[in-house]
Amino acid sequence: MKKIKTTAGFMGTSEQKEKLIAMIAEHKDIKGSIMPILQKAQEIYGYLPLEVQQIISDETGVSMSEIYGIVTFYSQFVLNPKGEIAISVCMGTACYVKGAKDILDRISANIGIKPGETSKDGRYSLDATRCIGACGLAPVFLVNEDVYGRIEKPEDVDDILKKYTES
Amino acid sequence: MIKLTLNGAWINMKNINELTALRDKFKNSIAIRTGDTAAANGEKHVLVCGGTGCHSSGCNAILKKLKESLKTHGLEDKIKVVVTGCHGLCALGPLIITHPDEIFYELVEPDDIEEIVTKHLIGGEPVLRKVYHEAIVDGKLISFHETDFFKYQHKISLKNCGIIDPECIEEYIARDGYQALAKALTTMTPLEVIDMVKASGIRGRGGAGFLTGRKWAYAYLTDSDKKYVVCNADEGDPGAFMDRSILEGDPHAVIEAMAIAGYAIKADEGFVYVRAEYPIAVNRFEIALKQARDFGLLGTDIFGTGFNFDINIRLGAGAFVCGEETALLTSIEGHRGEPRPRPPFPAIKGLFGKPTILNNVETFACIPPVILNGPEWLSKLGTENSTGTKVFALGGKIKNIGLVEVPMGTTLRTVAEQVGGGIPNGKAFKAAQTGGPSGGCIPAELFDIPIDFDNLLSIGSMMGSGGMIIMDEDNCMVDIARYFLDFTVEESCGKCTPCRIGTQRMMEILENITEGRGEVGDLEKLEELGEHIKASSLCGLGMTAPNPILSTIKYFRHEYETHINDKKCASGVCKALFQYVINEKCIGCTICKRACPTDAICGEVKKPHFIMQEKCVKCGVCHDKCKFSAINIG
Ligand SMILES: Cc1cc2nc3c(=O)[nH]c(=O)nc-3n(C[C@H](O)[C@H](O)[C@H](O)COP(=O)(O)O)c2cc1C
Ligand code: FES
Repeated sequence: MKKIKTTAGFMGTSEQKEKLIAMIAEHKDIKGSIMPILQKAQEIYGYLPLEVQQIISDETGVSMSEIYGIVTFYSQFVLNPKGEIAISVCMGTACYVKGAKDILDRISANIGIKPGETSKDGRYSLDATRCIGACGLAPVFLVNEDVYGRIEKPEDVDDILKKYTES
Repeated sequence: MIKLTLNGAWINMKNINELTALRDKFKNSIAIRTGDTAAANGEKHVLVCGGTGCHSSGCNAILKKLKESLKTHGLEDKIKVVVTGCHGLCALGPLIITHPDEIFYELVEPDDIEEIVTKHLIGGEPVLRKVYHEAIVDGKLISFHETDFFKYQHKISLKNCGIIDPECIEEYIARDGYQALAKALTTMTPLEVIDMVKASGIRGRGGAGFLTGRKWAYAYLTDSDKKYVVCNADEGDPGAFMDRSILEGDPHAVIEAMAIAGYAIKADEGFVYVRAEYPIAVNRFEIALKQARDFGLLGTDIFGTGFNFDINIRLGAGAFVCGEETALLTSIEGHRGEPRPRPPFPAIKGLFGKPTILNNVETFACIPPVILNGPEWLSKLGTENSTGTKVFALGGKIKNIGLVEVPMGTTLRTVAEQVGGGIPNGKAFKAAQTGGPSGGCIPAELFDIPIDFDNLLSIGSMMGSGGMIIMDEDNCMVDIARYFLDFTVEESCGKCTPCRIGTQRMMEILENITEGRGEVGDLEKLEELGEHIKASSLCGLGMTAPNPILSTIKYFRHEYETHINDKKCASGVCKALFQYVINEKCIGCTICKRACPTDAICGEVKKPHFIMQEKCVKCGVCHDKCKFSAINIG
């Protein structure tokens, strides 16, 4: 996944920072702890902007370049926050052969952003994700935590999206 | 150490007799679920599938409703409700199964529950309209074990999935759980354990099919103050969910096997590297770890033998290459998950520089029964060089999408047509894809080949971890090849040139072909590049990345040629190679115009409409909506 630099302004709270520093202190002596630390940091902030990476670097003594290298290597780490309505379409093989691409195109046309983008107002984000392992229900997409599977036709997504866009 | 079990009995897990006593205590309550009506003694169980498939299709709502309903009827103490792992038939979820009468319900909705409770659980009469449709033949109920989906299967790694409650260690123990560990620790030397694994002939289920016993022997022979056992649960093949289902449905099997491996190679610490996309699996595994520790089955001085072992969990972060063993170890060490050259192999120099064995989840799940039942028990199943069974995640254009475990040597046809139930909507088989991004497409003509490690390799595919995607006439093989290559291009870690640049170049050629710019000679170029990348890449990702392309060129060359020479995609998938056009049958009903998401259709009411090609995104909605067959793919 192509990574774009953080574009959203950083709005971390002091509470979040306290939590982050406490969490780092708890983990930093474990061997190979940088990955779990980044994962937990992303749970706290929802994404990993440079500001957060800097705090992690300061607290652990691991260089910023190494941390940035790790963050950009793994597709799970994101540099931009997800939208309030985060949509992800599964692009696993099972979903792909059953038309996931058409579903992605339809949603993209519908909300007007491309895969990998977050809308300017921060309301929507759209992602093409790796297999989520719900192949039995292919094709599948997720809106926040809700799973929608067995989508028969691309236009079926319209009604599903309405539930979110109209609220 | 004295522990209190969940059921209130005091046990001392410091010797094997205590384990056996606990097993015997719970044995009957599980036997009910395996067709033993005598054991039931009037007891009834209702199993609700809590696998990922059923979870996504709404099993939680079913569970809630079921509990409520049993409560209103005053049955909450009489009928036991159990949430299990995946039963395999995910396409028909949510599933529930009653025992001991073994009625299998499919596609259950919350509104069906009341009827199932009153009519069946109270009245004794199954609700036929909700029973698994294959289990009703000529209006009569047959056992679900006799349906095509179940009768060709043989479960070893999945033996507890769908039978036990994965969050309850007693249920695992009741199914002979931890007996193999006890046997190994108290009656066998490490070398005897390794020899038994060797004799079973078991090969790794994670991809390459390396002999597990031999791998363990290498690590055993390497002297070191510290060694590690690692379980590969990264399951990167996009379309596979075997490992996930085992972790979710039977986590203790993996824990027990890792401890056995630890004893065999003299390691005291293990790591499980799980995909972060698998939250249910992680959660169940964590619960299982805690229980195993509470029971003294992990920790220090296990069974009073002085053997110490414990397991840590590490989450992946979405990088396919981290499924490769050396990259996985680098990732656990806390770096970018880039592979390292081998040798040195991990068995000599692995995690944190120490001797390490790394096995796949399914490989581990086969180990306890081998130790318990002896090597012939496994080796008598399967083919000469591929013993035992293999789990496949069946997906794509197939009726019974789900999880199946068949003996090695079963033909693809049996898996696809009998177990899989064939292709929906009367379409024709085109190909089966095995081995994910590292594997290849097998054409329908080769469906009678017995599936094992060597046969699949000889026809240009590979076993891989067990994803099996069935494709029908509507799938374009060039597009499938492009799909997999797109995946590897994205996932290539960039460390070695053949893989980073070579796959990118192949991708460009393939894109040209699917977008109508293919040229004569492209196929030869792809073949040549493919062979070079296979020969010169650093790790298995690059070494296998060309397989999907090479195998489709081999078996579907004509399809590539029509794309290149005639600029046509007969399956109507490659969007640049066809257009939607409105023909003279159009009566101007405006349905298509209203349905079009991009306003690409113009025309007045009752007059023929017209598609503006420059606006059309070829979503096909107009084609599906038109009631007058007035839209052609041309
Ligand atoms: C690119 C790549 C991805 C892999 N992904 C996985 C995987 O997801 N799961 C797995 O068990 N093995 C995977 N493997 C195979 C591992 O490198 C290794 O061979 C295997 O885990 C060893 O366990 P086994 O002997 O029990 O099969 C992958 C290999 C490569 C080259
Ligand atoms: S998840 Fe229920 S059958 Fe697979």
